[in-house]
Amino acid sequence: MIEFEQVSKIYDNKFVALEDVSFVIEDGEFVSIVGHSGAGKTTITRLLLGEEKPTNGSVYLDSIDVARLSSSKIVSLRRRIGTVFQDYKLLPSRTAYENIAFAMEVAGKTDEEIANDVPHVLDLVDLTDKTDHFPRQLSGGEKQRLAIARAIINQPDLIIADEPTGNLDPVNTHEIIQILKKINDLGTTVILTTHDPNIVESIGKRVITFEGGTIKRDVKKGKYII
Amino acid sequence: MHFFDFKRIIRSGVLNFWRNGFVSLSSVLVMTITIGVITSMIFFQAILGFTLGELEKKVDVSVYFVSDTQEEKIFSLKEKVESIPEVKEIAYVSAGQALEDFRERHKDDYATIQALEELNENPLGASLLISAVDPANYESISNFFEQGIALSATDLSIIDKVNYNENKQVIDRLLLLKDGAKKLGLILTIVLIAISVIITFNTIRLTIYVARDEIGVMRLVGSENSYINGPFMMEGVLYGLISALINIVVYFPVTWWLGSRLEGFLGINLLTYYLSNFFQILVISVLVGTALGSFSSYLAVKKYLRK
Repeated sequence: MIEFEQVSKIYDNKFVALEDVSFVIEDGEFVSIVGHSGAGKTTITRLLLGEEKPTNGSVYLDSIDVARLSSSKIVSLRRRIGTVFQDYKLLPSRTAYENIAFAMEVAGKTDEEIANDVPHVLDLVDLTDKTDHFPRQLSGGEKQRLAIARAIINQPDLIIADEPTGNLDPVNTHEIIQILKKINDLGTTVILTTHDPNIVESIGKRVITFEGGTIKRDVKKGKYII
Repeated sequence: MHFFDFKRIIRSGVLNFWRNGFVSLSSVLVMTITIGVITSMIFFQAILGFTLGELEKKVDVSVYFVSDTQEEKIFSLKEKVESIPEVKEIAYVSAGQALEDFRERHKDDYATIQALEELNENPLGASLLISAVDPANYESISNFFEQGIALSATDLSIIDKVNYNENKQVIDRLLLLKDGAKKLGLILTIVLIAISVIITFNTIRLTIYVARDEIGVMRLVGSENSYINGPFMMEGVLYGLISALINIVVYFPVTWWLGSRLEGFLGINLLTYYLSNFFQILVISVLVGTALGSFSSYLAVKKYLRK
């Protein structure tokens, strides 16, 4: 379970990214966080990953106060979260296979487990024929599928997808959303941030709408209405 | 850290080194120059020390005795001189030996030899050649004779002359030259080494600057700092190792070529010096290279881990 409890985030330049935000996300939910640029969507993901600390309030992940974790505990926390970003954040000097293997290595998996699981997950995202390709040799859609494969390889409790379709055409966007839905159907919590109304409507699940750092709307089966 | 983490760090470092081709090549080139500068400075210091030492050996204080002085008196004085701690070596040259040396030196000078023959007796006295531990000590050794401290009247009566004052200017100049050369050599060594170390560090910093986004991604995936730092440090070790080996190989033809050409001038054969100190130079090159490479990488990566 994820809980934001009266969270505010004010950056050094006095920019208020979040103001007194509270919400709860239950295990297994698929939540779309929507809003214009600067509404506070990315700050939510950064707080969850421990990249930022809230100025006020607390962020809990399974009753653990993320802001209070030591840097080594943050590292372990990140291994429980799969992340997918608009700019893919792949390791450019490693092949598709090695990008996924790296996530398993940091999680302490053995060489046998890696050799067994990586081909399987590459097959799942339809990248078997791109195993030895470097990210620069992949299309946008392929890069994002690779990022998803890396995000799910360690069977995380939570997937955070921050504008994952921002750089993709409609066909690839549809594909990525379908993969995320499938992952959610298998029981993993998914948090998706986006500003694309079409995506939100196609998912048809919970939508939290942000505006100016505050929650404007939180509906169970929502639409993207500003 | 598990053993397989260590194995993976090494594998990943080697792979990055290979894949970064041009970047690795430029780092190796810069580091080759750095290690080259450091080993050249070792050569330079050794040659400087050797040449100055040779020069020092050529200086001594000669004490000449009046002709017909009995050898026992000279030997008793020699014993006293030997007890002076500043004295390194003392050689006795008898009157007969002095004459023989004189004849040998002037064997082509017929007129001088002829004049010597006409004397019918040995005009040269015996002498003591005293060399000091440090050239700075010559003055005090000379004073020992001239002021007659600790010497008996008999000792003083047999001394004809002490040639220190004649050589004083040369000795003083040599002392100045030696100190100056040592100081200049040391400053030159430190400055050159510092410059090349800074250039190497900055080159490695640039290679890691290129990979800063990659470091961010590794952190995001949940990688421990040591697991991020490790492969970069391994790459640094490889830069150092390869550069050290290039240096070691290149020094063979270089010292061979320079060895015979500069031997007369330097008084030391560079190839002989290189071969006799090969192991030390190899160890120093490898240690300096790997330490510089890994430490530079560590510092450069650390900057991005703190963020």
